[in-house]
Amino acid sequence: MFKQIEGSQAVAETVALCRPEVICAYPISPQTHIVEGLGALVKGGQLQPCEFINVESEFAAMSVAIGASAAGARSYTATASQGLLFMTEAVYNASGLGLPIVMTVANRAIGAPINIWNDHSDSMSQRDCGWIQLFAESNQDAVDLHIQGFRLAEELSLPVMVCMDGFILTHAYERIDVPSQEQVDAFLPSYVPRQVLDPAQPVTIGAMVGPEAFTEVRYLAHAKQLQALDLIPRIGAEFSKVFGRDAGGLLRAYRIEDAETVVVALGSVLGTIKDTVDTLRVAGHKIGVLGICSFRPFPLQAVAQALAGAQRIVVVEKSFSVGIGGIVATDVRMALQNAQQQVFTVVAGLGGRPITCAALQRAFSQAIEGRLEALHFLDLDREVVERELARERSERRTGPTAVNILRDKRAAWRTR
Amino acid sequence: MSFSPAKFYQTGTFTVGNRLLPEDLRTVQADTERTNALNSGHRACQGCGEALGARYAVDAAVQAAGGQMIAVNATGCLEVFSTPYPESSWQVPWIHSLFGNAAAVATGVAAALRVKQRGNVRVLAQGGDGGTTDIGFGCLSGMFERNDDVLYICYDNEAYMNTGVQRSSATPPGARTATTMPLGSEPGNVFGQGKNLPLIAMAHEIPYVATATVAGLHDLEYKVRRAMEIRGARYLHVFVPCPLGWGAAPHDTIRLARLAKESGIFPVFEAEHGEVVSVLKIRNKVPVDDYLRAQKRFAHLFGSHPRPDIVARIQAEADRNVRRFGLLDAAEPEAAAPVQP
Repeated sequence: MFKQIEGSQAVAETVALCRPEVICAYPISPQTHIVEGLGALVKGGQLQPCEFINVESEFAAMSVAIGASAAGARSYTATASQGLLFMTEAVYNASGLGLPIVMTVANRAIGAPINIWNDHSDSMSQRDCGWIQLFAESNQDAVDLHIQGFRLAEELSLPVMVCMDGFILTHAYERIDVPSQEQVDAFLPSYVPRQVLDPAQPVTIGAMVGPEAFTEVRYLAHAKQLQALDLIPRIGAEFSKVFGRDAGGLLRAYRIEDAETVVVALGSVLGTIKDTVDTLRVAGHKIGVLGICSFRPFPLQAVAQALAGAQRIVVVEKSFSVGIGGIVATDVRMALQNAQQQVFTVVAGLGGRPITCAALQRAFSQAIEGRLEALHFLDLDREVVERELARERSERRTGPTAVNILRDKRAAWRTR
Repeated sequence: MSFSPAKFYQTGTFTVGNRLLPEDLRTVQADTERTNALNSGHRACQGCGEALGARYAVDAAVQAAGGQMIAVNATGCLEVFSTPYPESSWQVPWIHSLFGNAAAVATGVAAALRVKQRGNVRVLAQGGDGGTTDIGFGCLSGMFERNDDVLYICYDNEAYMNTGVQRSSATPPGARTATTMPLGSEPGNVFGQGKNLPLIAMAHEIPYVATATVAGLHDLEYKVRRAMEIRGARYLHVFVPCPLGWGAAPHDTIRLARLAKESGIFPVFEAEHGEVVSVLKIRNKVPVDDYLRAQKRFAHLFGSHPRPDIVARIQAEADRNVRRFGLLDAAEPEAAAPVQP
């Protein structure tokens, strides 16, 4: 049913349709509306049977989900940013134990400096944690990926992270098709665990594993992710049959058939990029977009195939690995390891900075003209950076960087 | 039938002769139907107090639960020595997740059981003092505060033994550990720090808090049984000497536990909803000297440069426990615990 609804609320209603049995809630912006929505559904009796547990930290949230999942309950939680970092130890544990927990990450920057706005630093920091990571392009996508997420998680016995841009998606009101209970029930069977804590058949979960078997256990985690490469498109296709619209899959291509330049990105920025590409197409440039839905597992082969015809690739990403550069770009290069294409990294939208069509158009044009630097920070105010660097060269006690930069920025605005 | 008090006179011990007890008071370990939840073949050190405490506690809990129980374990000695892959000593469904989250994982298990309408299956969480009083404290406090239906048992050997005897917030003052060396003017662990977790648990006003030692195994079993009669968050703090970490002889584990109780160093009591409802009285008060001298972790207090001043401070702490918990008040009837070891 179509609704004019907030992204978080739509996700809450959708997760409820997936009949989670244990939900762990801890507030952190911009995720909070999701668990609030679920709390209301549980308390109001619409989602039953379900245990909604207000925990004392994100570490506890993931730990409660681990216990619940190991005892056979479909378990869900949501977090963002610092919360994801705080639960990191348990995040790795959940995948290591093979527990099919589904978690929404409302993508947000990581401090310091503290920043509540959107970028992808949080979930990117967990790229090696063994969870499947799906990135939503729109709120409709977020809704659909959650339904597929439970199915995927439980078929593989692996946890799934559905990443959606904080505020940009979570707080946006738009028209969303929230499916019916019948549709979801037809698509998502009830959870049958591979392993369960049950007095009738006692098992030991979480035993210590030494060098004699650790490699095999870890390799199996990788092998399962490789299975997901086959399963994700299959589940996506099945989803289309039941729900009547395309969603999920590994990648989404847009106007790449004859493209000489392909922009690679993930998340909600794909919309802005498509608009920019349309404009550049009108101007005669052969440019297209490759959206990555499944970041983990990373579809190396599919990416290589999709990019085979391109001369240059521009990866737009909302995070970067300090000291080296693009994270997604590194993976894209891995996919293209025998090819001769140029790969540019454009780091954009950090800490919620708007990514405009104008700025993207400038960067893409520069790439086409061969003038773009290999690692480009979109809309970086170099003057401010240089001033701080100069300060650090000239005096020892320069004070907190963030305050200096804010002061410089304010002074610049005043003189404008 | 008139009441006749049973008296047990066994040379050199206070152990209750099992066969002299009515059947319902006999130890679970004497029951041929016992679970052996923590089965033989595990890799605990000789004389391990934790292995002994866990064996009695878990079997008593399983019996009280009619065999329907799931155990959650924090990282630590108990986890490591019981589950060297691909072997497991556990005859109950058992999960180990992390060092600091046993209470939260147990909350999750309890939630799953509730939602699946399997309330007959009970949940036990367990960990050492490090996993309980330090790194797992946040999750434990959360579990208490929500009054989740979990019995949490802390096996307290007063330091991080699994990592090589480092100080925890349960390490007593004056004790030598790898991170509180017997050096300087205040050798060993400092005074005035550390947590009393049973009292902190009581401050949460949870339905049941109790302490026990491996010198009183009947008392330990009773407290587990009592805890299992109650729903909600319950906490049991068991004093378990560690021969390796304390520098004590393996055959002294039970003696040391008894001396800790008899000196007043470790008060043994029960509390319900934040109030003490019973204490195990001291039978033969001993000076802390007797307890301390048997352990190398306190050797620096007695050697060639003895520190009677520090021993006196430890004695003062024991005396304070005696006053605070009424451990010596012989005038009061000792009615609370059915069996006094």
